[in-house]
Amino acid sequence: MTDPKQPLSWRHVRWVLVSLALVAAPHASHMPWWTIGLVVMLIAWRAYVGYARVALPNRWLLLLIALVATIGVFLAYRTIFGREAGVTLLVIMLGLKLMETRTLRDAMLLSFLGYFLVITNFLYSQTIGTGLYMLACTVVITATMVSLNYADAQPPFRVQLRTAAVLLAQSVPLMLVLFLLFPRVPGPLWGLPRDAFAGVSGLSDTMTPGSLSSLVLSDAVAFRVEFESEIPPAKNLYWRGPVMWDFDGRTWSAQSFVYTAPRIAAEGDAVRYEITLEPHHRRWLFALDLPAVAPPHSIVGTDYQIYSVRPVNNRLRYDMTSFLNARFGAVESRFALNRALQNPSRANPRAKELGRALRQKHADDQSIINEMLGMFRRNFVYTLEPPLLGEHPVDEFLFSTRTGFCEHYASAFAVVMRAAGIPTRIVTGYQGGEVNALGNYLIVRQADAHAWTEVWLNGRGWVRVDPTFAVAPVRVDTGISAAVPRTDPLPLMMRTPLAFLRHVRLTWDYAANAWNQWVLGYTPERQRSLLAIAGLDDATWEKLTATLFVLAGIIVAMFAVVALRQLKTRVRDPVKIAYLRFCDKLRRKGLSRDPAEGPVDYARRVERQRPELTPAVEAITRLYVALRYGAESSAAVLMELQRRVRQFTA
Amino acid sequence: MYAALKNRFFTWLFRWHGPETGAIVLVQRRVFILPSRQGLVFATVLLVMLAGSINYSLGLGFVLTFLLGAMGVNAMIYTFRNLANLRVTGGRARPVFAGDTAFFTIYLENRGNTDRYAVGLTHDRRQASFVDVMARSTTSASAGVHAPRRGILRPGRLTLFTRFPLGLYTAWAYVDLDLRCIVYPRPAPTRLPMPPAAPSAGAGAERGQGQEDFSGMRPYHRGDSPRHIAWKVAARDQGLHTKQFTGRAEIELWLDWAQLPPQMGVEERLSHLARWVLDAHAAGLTYGLRVPGATLEMAAGEAQRDRCLEALALFEHD
Repeated sequence: MTDPKQPLSWRHVRWVLVSLALVAAPHASHMPWWTIGLVVMLIAWRAYVGYARVALPNRWLLLLIALVATIGVFLAYRTIFGREAGVTLLVIMLGLKLMETRTLRDAMLLSFLGYFLVITNFLYSQTIGTGLYMLACTVVITATMVSLNYADAQPPFRVQLRTAAVLLAQSVPLMLVLFLLFPRVPGPLWGLPRDAFAGVSGLSDTMTPGSLSSLVLSDAVAFRVEFESEIPPAKNLYWRGPVMWDFDGRTWSAQSFVYTAPRIAAEGDAVRYEITLEPHHRRWLFALDLPAVAPPHSIVGTDYQIYSVRPVNNRLRYDMTSFLNARFGAVESRFALNRALQNPSRANPRAKELGRALRQKHADDQSIINEMLGMFRRNFVYTLEPPLLGEHPVDEFLFSTRTGFCEHYASAFAVVMRAAGIPTRIVTGYQGGEVNALGNYLIVRQADAHAWTEVWLNGRGWVRVDPTFAVAPVRVDTGISAAVPRTDPLPLMMRTPLAFLRHVRLTWDYAANAWNQWVLGYTPERQRSLLAIAGLDDATWEKLTATLFVLAGIIVAMFAVVALRQLKTRVRDPVKIAYLRFCDKLRRKGLSRDPAEGPVDYARRVERQRPELTPAVEAITRLYVALRYGAESSAAVLMELQRRVRQFTA
Repeated sequence: MYAALKNRFFTWLFRWHGPETGAIVLVQRRVFILPSRQGLVFATVLLVMLAGSINYSLGLGFVLTFLLGAMGVNAMIYTFRNLANLRVTGGRARPVFAGDTAFFTIYLENRGNTDRYAVGLTHDRRQASFVDVMARSTTSASAGVHAPRRGILRPGRLTLFTRFPLGLYTAWAYVDLDLRCIVYPRPAPTRLPMPPAAPSAGAGAERGQGQEDFSGMRPYHRGDSPRHIAWKVAARDQGLHTKQFTGRAEIELWLDWAQLPPQMGVEERLSHLARWVLDAHAAGLTYGLRVPGATLEMAAGEAQRDRCLEALALFEHD
């Protein structure tokens, strides 16, 4: 910066406007329309003021706009705190600050706020794409700062951008050290606003017809799994989530009660794997049916639902062990069994009637189940786009529409079984997943959301029954894309024929996974384990800080040496180097050249004082003058000069 | 006491030694650097960003904060480099009248391979001028210094500083070059009548020596001296012209200290004499100056004016 109080010129204003517009643009997707209009208007106004050199608006007018905008934001969000309202207000205030930006100092402050605005974008998205875009924004903001600091010379746009990019690129080594070694403390430091994590799709603690099929349209990753050994076959991949016990005729809900978990009688080997769960802001964790352990900071409920102590607000990694063939709940409390038999008295009379009829027909529970599944297999259609259901949704599904998605089947099956006296509950979660051969891990998406049932059979305990398997076995064997009709609106990438695109996508997911694991998921735990690998066991923060300072010091010193080396005058001209060497040889004999003395005069003086050197001095001077001032420039002449200088002794 | 201690401390810290002759190279220990006010604001913003990153567990927030932090550290080296190793040499300063601003020119030579942008030069830390010194080149910069009194003005310590490239740091160096500027007495505003002029005793005899300022040409008349014919013009076939000269005054004027009213003080007299010198020069007269202890012989032209004003400036000046 030259003088901080110097007024801004149009070229400065241009830089500031472009950088702020770039960094604020992504926020437009979640700001109310009128605030977008306001900010665009303010930017255009400032551009006009800067271009036409007219006066900036009155401060009172700006205050008035600020007041009205704040009230507007309050009316839109019912608060001015919280993430959404806060970011919207910040963007508006930046726009207003533009209108009173007069001097270089103001523009510097705006650049700093621009950096801050970059970080607010990360509240919404931290994907590789966002990261790259924001990196570009950071370069532009830095270039803005550089442009504010030139005096007369104003190198072209491109040069300023390059200067900024070089500045940032040279900061990467130090950044890496800080990123890896800066002592990480687990957040949050203060209470997060209630809407801090709004708008994330995922399973919920209730299930109504249509709630899962809407999830299936989402491409988003629910979690990724790395198995210690082979990935089990798809038909065994039931990822257990919220378990639903209570039904009100339309909606299932998971009002869980927690007491000691029943014993498991496991068959076969345990499967070990690591899950990286995307944040869903609920408390449950997912595990392969049936979890054998509880990850740290979590508990296992009676129904084998795993609850984290705190909501999963950050990407969470945990090791799990499961038994694929487990028998559990053979001894179940009377209270729980009774709860698993409840049907609301008024809703779905025909379904309950069907259940009672089945009970009269068969004494054996297994036969009832089989007959019901057979009914599904014969007459029902599996689709993502089921018709809407009315007052008695289960009745309408069973007896008139007969098309539905997994939640319809699970729900209807449970109602009929409960009416037939078989304790039944609904388990929601995910089924299957996509294997990424690139990293040999499994990607489970929201589109893999699924619902199935568990029935309690005397002597055997809780047994998984998946009614969807009866209707559309391919859903379980190969995945959702094969199971639904071609006309159903699946996410583009879920469709199998686009093999090439799928390959691209798996590659991308591999990169995204690495990004998640190492950039976004660099938690205090991961830092500790990484340091343990590097030999810094149980690193206290004092140790970390010391290491950090030493490494950072080394890096800064190295950079300083490289940067400051360029200050030294380096003579690159070989002609000059040779001649200076010649002068050095004479200087050591007390015949140093006067700064104002030309080579010919110098030679004459040397010859006067040391006549015996005349031929050599004469020749060297002649060659030097010829190379320096004459048209002579051949390499042969240069080599001759160098040879003579080498051989010269005073 | 405190001021004296502070002065000694600063003298030690910043190595104030009094004027240096010759070139000053801003070697590394001559260049000081501290964060600017903007730098402190930037650091505060970074702290807020760090707190936000921790609070919301923003992995990319950490990346950005640390990247900017590292850039802030590197910027220090860049700012330092923008000033270090410049060679500073003093230049001349044109004489000014008392009350005006004297401009001292210094030369900044950059022998390195990196361009230096926005290098500021200031005397009083309020007003500065900025120059760019490209690689392997020399640029002049000038600092304005108020000249309150006649005599010789020495600007003392000048400050070279820079905040390039990010404005987060100020690097500065003190240069105390042996610079001087002659300050003429301020010409008196009121015009006393000029002293009476004596007609030139031998105008013809003076011809050979006076300052001959060329003033124009007129067509040749019979009787004009052939020495004054513009032969070059004639050679271009544009006819015969005669060169005319001014300053070949027929009148001689003594600007004499003694001619001023006896009640006048020294500075006032000098002021009036300066006014007379300027007026006499403007009128194209030949004049001489007599002050106690010095007499400047009759002459005319700019050299005479400057000589006279300098004599007035240095009157009884150590």
